[in-house]
Amino acid sequence: MRTTIMPSVRILIFFTILTGILYPVGITFVALGIFPYQANGSMVERNGRVVGSELIGQGFTGDRYFHPRPSAIAYDPVPSGGSNWGPTDARMADSVAARRDAFIRKNGVPGDVVVPKEMLFASGSGVDPHISPDAALLQMERVAAARGFDTQKSDALKELVMRCIEPPQYALFGEPRINVLSLNLALDALEKGYPPPF
Amino acid sequence: MITVSELIQLMLYALALFLLTPPLGKLMAMVFRGERTFLTPALGWLERVAYRVSGIDPDKAMDWKGYLWSLLSFNAFGFAVVFLLQFFQSSLPFNPQQLPDVSWHLAFNTAVSFMTNTNWQSYAGEVTLSYLVQMLGLTVQNFVSAATGIAVLLALVRGIAGRSTGSIGNFWADLTRSIVYLLLPLSIILSLFLVSEGVVQTFSGSRTVTTLEGVQQTIPLGPAASQVAIKQLGTNGGGFFNMNSAYPHENPTPFSNFLQMLSILLIPSALVYMFGAMVNARRHAWVVWGVMFFLFAAGVTLSLWSEYTVNAVTGVGGGMEGKETRFGVANSILWSVATTAASNGSVNSMHDSFSPLSGTVAMMNIMLGEIIFGGVGAGLYGMMIFIILTVFIAGLMVGRTPEYLGKKIESFEVRMAAIAMLLPSAGILLFTALASVADAGLAGLNNQGPHGFSEILYAFASTAGNNGSAFAGLTANTPFYNTLLGINMLIGRFGVIVPMLAIAGSLAQKKITPLSSGTFPTDTFLFGVLLTGTMLIVGALTFIPAQVLGPVAEHFLMLNGKVF
Repeated sequence: MRTTIMPSVRILIFFTILTGILYPVGITFVALGIFPYQANGSMVERNGRVVGSELIGQGFTGDRYFHPRPSAIAYDPVPSGGSNWGPTDARMADSVAARRDAFIRKNGVPGDVVVPKEMLFASGSGVDPHISPDAALLQMERVAAARGFDTQKSDALKELVMRCIEPPQYALFGEPRINVLSLNLALDALEKGYPPPF
Repeated sequence: MITVSELIQLMLYALALFLLTPPLGKLMAMVFRGERTFLTPALGWLERVAYRVSGIDPDKAMDWKGYLWSLLSFNAFGFAVVFLLQFFQSSLPFNPQQLPDVSWHLAFNTAVSFMTNTNWQSYAGEVTLSYLVQMLGLTVQNFVSAATGIAVLLALVRGIAGRSTGSIGNFWADLTRSIVYLLLPLSIILSLFLVSEGVVQTFSGSRTVTTLEGVQQTIPLGPAASQVAIKQLGTNGGGFFNMNSAYPHENPTPFSNFLQMLSILLIPSALVYMFGAMVNARRHAWVVWGVMFFLFAAGVTLSLWSEYTVNAVTGVGGGMEGKETRFGVANSILWSVATTAASNGSVNSMHDSFSPLSGTVAMMNIMLGEIIFGGVGAGLYGMMIFIILTVFIAGLMVGRTPEYLGKKIESFEVRMAAIAMLLPSAGILLFTALASVADAGLAGLNNQGPHGFSEILYAFASTAGNNGSAFAGLTANTPFYNTLLGINMLIGRFGVIVPMLAIAGSLAQKKITPLSSGTFPTDTFLFGVLLTGTMLIVGALTFIPAQVLGPVAEHFLMLNGKVF
């Protein structure tokens, strides 16, 4: 027994130092050196003030902004979470119907319009930063009306939404999507007549 | 319907896995034979330091009992460290959120979970564990539990290849080489790739921001990338954040998703090639790889079909509940099949909200013992159970003593294989039965009807299989579940490791029997079919009744629009 206990303790200490301290600390230094923006959480600033992370969705509710997906945690990621409703959960059936109605009503779109799937279901993380291009286009008129945009500004807004579409990464991975926070930042800039912040 | 772009991504994944398997497998075969590789000049000194500071002679041959005792005592100390770090975390440094001490049952569950390579999450990383626990406890166990799995496989390989020696190698050398030459270099590369895509890596505490609409939002941060890299490569799966790889700071882009998914199966797949090279049975290894790939592809197909089937309850096919926009349906399903085929258990979407039969695919992957590629080391040594059974059954059919790669398979090996199969299965079914009738078990349910049963069944399958994924609606952070699930993880890990090392030791003492006309060849298509059949029949007989009570019943209720 003695012959296995001492090596166990000593090699565990060795690997604790190597993989528990040197490895994460080393990676942190290198990461902060080469990719400081990403390593610190991809924080977005406006006028020198951090207004959020590009990767963490925000729970926009006002008419002046594009809205994100439904969230089981109201976009408060401490801790992150999804609904974990199963496919035959009554709450899911009710929520999907209610969200479809609300989306159609709020955005004043025709009742037979196909509401994009992601707007009917809550994400896994609860802070999904993206929606599909269709989901943004369907919200455009509501946003323009709330901000009192004239025809010219509304056309500029449409152009802005199209510019915000992220194609599949490296033309291969994922689906086309729009980052809601980036779009809303660009929207604020557009209203003030500033160039978009990207 | 599945899109063309999704199909291309699925094929790209299969292609990348196939192409990376031979080179990595070849490298591992050289490393574990103790040969010189291109890594030796850069990392050889680290291996030597490890032996020197621990007072270990890496060339000392061990019999199976010596190997087992080393493994068990090393794991016992690992458990103790993770337990104590959590139990006293408020008095220890690197706790910027000033999180309190963890309860005894959660600390027990988490310590077992990481020691056994399960990484079941009863904890929620960002609100339960300090950075110190995440680093010194969890990250370290991510490395060493994966290396332990590889070590057991290597012992088995030597048992098969050895010539009447009785020695199955040196546990410390296998452990050290796995970490120094394989897990650590790959983790360094992957974690830097992940940071470049947006995974956070910092020691600052969480950050509170005021959003555009003036709401306060607290964003947790931490040294995530370094832990996420080894969590995927070591088929560990425990998340830095509660929502694991669905959380954008843990898995920010479709490309980071692809890299993480590839990392789940990379080493398990390459280990099959390594096995073929080390026992000098390359064709046999490709047959085994082919069986694994076939079952994997079949699982993906069934799961995708089910997920895209219109749910009469919501009227939507390919529903997005619990899925992220940047991944979409196909990448979520592919991940769920990969993470359960391997004993990884990380998730990029919530399995609880999948269509019922997608849940079945995930559960059956786990219940078969995670041998479709499987956990690092654990996958292939688990597959060995079925290979031994297949050879045994084939031997019975032709009436000869079965042989496997020149070693006679006798009653001891078959008995041990049966034990390794029965213990985890018994854990799954008996504990599920218990939790389904106990008040403390039913109290944790998030869903009613057959789906509630599935939540319990999934939890015990996941822990016995050392997987760690969940139908996460189940409230598992209670004394009842933390204790039972913890015990189940121990059964699932050591109930397989001990018999497999015994088999390794027994095989190592046997002579190599020369091939004869009566030898049943194991490198043919026919063997692949027999192996697949054995797996499906044994898996089906054991678990189909439980599946019918849960997800299969729910599937038909769903098609009729029944809700609970």
